[in-house]
Amino acid sequence: MSAPFIGIRGLSKSYMRGERALPVLKNINLDIAEGEFLALMGPSGSGKSTLLNLIAGIDRADEGSIDIEGVDITTLGEASLTAWRSDHVGFIFQFYNLIPVLTALENVELPLVLKEMSRKERKERASLLLGLVGLSERVDHYPGQLSGGEQQRVAIARAMVTDPSILVADEPTGDLDRASAEEVLNLMRRVNEEFGKVVIMVTHDPRAAEKAHVIRHLEKGVLNAAPH
Amino acid sequence: MPLLIKMLLKNAFRHGLRTGLTIAGMTIAILAFGILTTVVDAWYAGVEASRANRLITRNAISLTFELPLSYYDKIRQVEGATKVSYGNWFGAFYKEERNFFANFAMEAQSHLDIVTELVLRPEERDAYIKDRRGAIAGRKLAERFGWEIGDLVTLTGTIFPGDWEFVLRGIYKGRDETVDESIFFFHWDYLNESLRETMPERAGQVGFYIIEIARPELAGAVSKRVDSLFKNSLAETLTETERAFAMSFVTMTEAIMTAIQLVSIVVIVIIMAVTANTMAMSVRERLSEFAALKTLGFNRAHLSFLIFGEAMVITSLGAALGIALTFPAAQLFRSELGQFFPVFNIKPATIYMDIAAAVIVASVSAVIPSYRVAAAPITAALRRIA
Ligand SMILES: Nc1ncnc2c1ncn2[C@@H]1O[C@H](COP(=O)(O)OP(=O)(O)OP(=O)(O)O)[C@@H](O)[C@H]1O
Ligand SMILES: [Mg+2]
Repeated sequence: MSAPFIGIRGLSKSYMRGERALPVLKNINLDIAEGEFLALMGPSGSGKSTLLNLIAGIDRADEGSIDIEGVDITTLGEASLTAWRSDHVGFIFQFYNLIPVLTALENVELPLVLKEMSRKERKERASLLLGLVGLSERVDHYPGQLSGGEQQRVAIARAMVTDPSILVADEPTGDLDRASAEEVLNLMRRVNEEFGKVVIMVTHDPRAAEKAHVIRHLEKGVLNAAPH
Repeated sequence: MPLLIKMLLKNAFRHGLRTGLTIAGMTIAILAFGILTTVVDAWYAGVEASRANRLITRNAISLTFELPLSYYDKIRQVEGATKVSYGNWFGAFYKEERNFFANFAMEAQSHLDIVTELVLRPEERDAYIKDRRGAIAGRKLAERFGWEIGDLVTLTGTIFPGDWEFVLRGIYKGRDETVDESIFFFHWDYLNESLRETMPERAGQVGFYIIEIARPELAGAVSKRVDSLFKNSLAETLTETERAFAMSFVTMTEAIMTAIQLVSIVVIVIIMAVTANTMAMSVRERLSEFAALKTLGFNRAHLSFLIFGEAMVITSLGAALGIALTFPAAQLFRSELGQFFPVFNIKPATIYMDIAAAVIVASVSAVIPSYRVAAAPITAALRRIA
């Protein structure tokens, strides 16, 4: 059996609350296969966001390892981790976190500024991605002129533009109405199926979780047993 | 890069009122700095205009005491003195007392030979020297009172009472910007002859001698030689360089000038605090945006560039406006206060300092926000809005 795409072993993290260390993740072991769409569920405060952030390389664990495509990212220094992140991970946030002073096209183009790429190539690639999420008509709109669902689709295009291998989404539909949420989820599903991206999504919504191949539950920092 | 530039430009104006007020503050600070610096420069203009190869000899007791004309021939024979002239402070006004300006009675020929920074057309110079009642005035002074060549000018004396009539024979220009173009000169002989008739006891007295020396290094030696000539005489002399002489007027008010310089710096420090506050507020409001940029792979240097750039947009707009306004403001100063500040020029150095101030204010106000953004953990900043 080949190594999993993402292999997490003995991962623990706690936060200091005054004098006391408050454990948030306790000895997490988790394998994520290539091409998997994983939903992380659990009550508020159970550590879902924390786990997602560790996998995405924007937070540091206390113990344990996270192997991704053969690299243990817990051993990377700050600069290498930043570089690794911009090559491997695309982020989708609950509140979209688009840059309000840039147009939809420019927002999607932004991560490419860090890549060796001509201006023309960047524009073309960003337009292509906006077309993919069905927003070709909205390239020149600013985030403030877009609906929540549209903003989240721009965010998906932005997350995809650097062609990362992993897409992480923290409650991507948490702020959307049913119809918009459905659109966003279908898009994430497509990204997973057509482009083979690993998608890791934190959600409270069982209907959202249904789109995933695998659903895992966190409870007080402990991951429940894997299904079958 | 253009995307980042667009971002920082637009970021600067997201909070229009706050940015506008900060820019206005910067404009006023730069304007105040420029004018105050120019006032100080104007005050020292006399010192700057002084020449290193000229000495002034006066009565050792004080400026108000005079020296006998008989010293003239003796000073001329001092080794190292190439030319000598003499004169008196005349202290008259034109029509009304508030029309005050500097006026001197000078030995005309030697004066113009030594003080070569007064530029006169040859025919005006000849006409002045030939006419015993002739006088010359600086370009600004002539403009101020609308005098033209050939005009009869009557001055009212204060030190030498009575009305004194002169014929304006020339209007001089300064050879460079440091030269005071608002002085009035006439023949010492004319003054002296009148005094001989009206106040014989005051005739034959000279307020000061001007000595041209061959080389500036000789200043110390020549001064000593002159002063030792008249040691133990009734009127002992004090000889010093023209610069030292000019400084002796300035030093009296040096404390005030230092205070003005201090104020001009304080103004910049205040705007620094205001700009730093503006930047701190802007950045605090956008921590989650910076966190999102970090997740996209932007590093410390990129984020500092955005913050410093935004501060630079604000301070350089303010400074540009301030500099643009400094020129008309200086013009206003010249027209309203020209009699106190005959030389009121904005020096290039002042503009360079304005520009440096803009860069320093931007840098200082960007440092702390940049550091905060760099240090803030991504997760904490993202939680903030959630
Ligand atoms: N920076 C921090 N400092 C201190 N405690 C923190 C910090 N971040 C998270 N926590 C705590 O860690 C626990 C897990 O937080 P986390 O955000 O991972 O929960 P979650 O499962 O995502 O919850 P939710 O569903 O409400 O988003 C919570 O009790 C939270 O208060
Ligand atoms: Mg969460």
